Amino acid sequence: MADLARFGVVVFPGSNCDRDVVQITQTCLGCPTRLLWHEETSLGDVDVVVLPGGFSYGDYLRCGALARFAPIMRAVRVFAEQGGLVLGICNGFQILVEAGLLPGALMRNQHLRFICDQVRLRVERTDLIWTAGYASEITLPIAHGEGCYQCDPATLAELEAHRQIVFRYDPVAENGSVANIAGICNRAGNVLGLMPHPERAADPELARTQGGMDGWRLWQNLAQMARARTDKGILAG
Amino acid sequence: MPTYTAHVDIHLQPAVLDPAGVAVQKSLQQLGHRVAQVRIGKSIRLQVTATDETQARKDVEAMCAQLLVNPVIETFTITIEPG
Repeated sequence: MADLARFGVVVFPGSNCDRDVVQITQTCLGCPTRLLWHEETSLGDVDVVVLPGGFSYGDYLRCGALARFAPIMRAVRVFAEQGGLVLGICNGFQILVEAGLLPGALMRNQHLRFICDQVRLRVERTDLIWTAGYASEITLPIAHGEGCYQCDPATLAELEAHRQIVFRYDPVAENGSVANIAGICNRAGNVLGLMPHPERAADPELARTQGGMDGWRLWQNLAQMARARTDKGILAG
Repeated sequence: MPTYTAHVDIHLQPAVLDPAGVAVQKSLQQLGHRVAQVRIGKSIRLQVTATDETQARKDVEAMCAQLLVNPVIETFTITIEPG
């Protein structure tokens, strides 16, 4: 069996889903996982960087706007540009768009509703490490007040043309996102941002009572395939 | 160097839905006010030091571009006064 992936989970002041990710990557999957404090300047040897959910910097100014300038983000940007796998979940997605690593913006949900629910998602492509082996429909939990994805028509056309929309709410986005967008990737596919929480649907101990297991495959794919990407020299940590 | 007070007024772009503005508009209408539209923005007051007013404006414009404003969804105006 290939070596398991090494995960780095960034912790900003106000992150609150960082431990949930560690629970899956370290406890459930047995992958080496380290927490990366926002003031650190290097990622060390990691194959996947996760920007977790939460309320980094209290969501002051705009969600993700201040986290974008944290010292660790310089290293994350370089890692992403070298082809490293970067996953932004919920607030992590907001940070990725504020940082310009993904296009568009995430705004207050329509009707001002904070939505905490299990939602059905359409998986638009399965040729990515994130989604390989997924069925076309899955269910994941969401919990956010500012997940309404917005971009101008030209950006949307580009997202569609380059197949960058990875997840769509099905049948409709309760939060008002354009084109029902729940998650997008960059053109190369190595940076993924999504509002749903795959780490909350991946622990078999919890699956029976809540959440299901539809997040599991994403983590398993990363655990089994991300290290090989690094070893092939796609990036240098 | 002289000090200037800069006032940055940030609003959502006209084409972008402002759900908070819509909610406040509805409440005002329920109170019997005739309100055609409400848009809620942000107001940021900064004290800056600069060689002159032109430089102060330039500096604040840079701050807006870098951090204060998200150009994808927002617009802004800057007013500068001495002191």
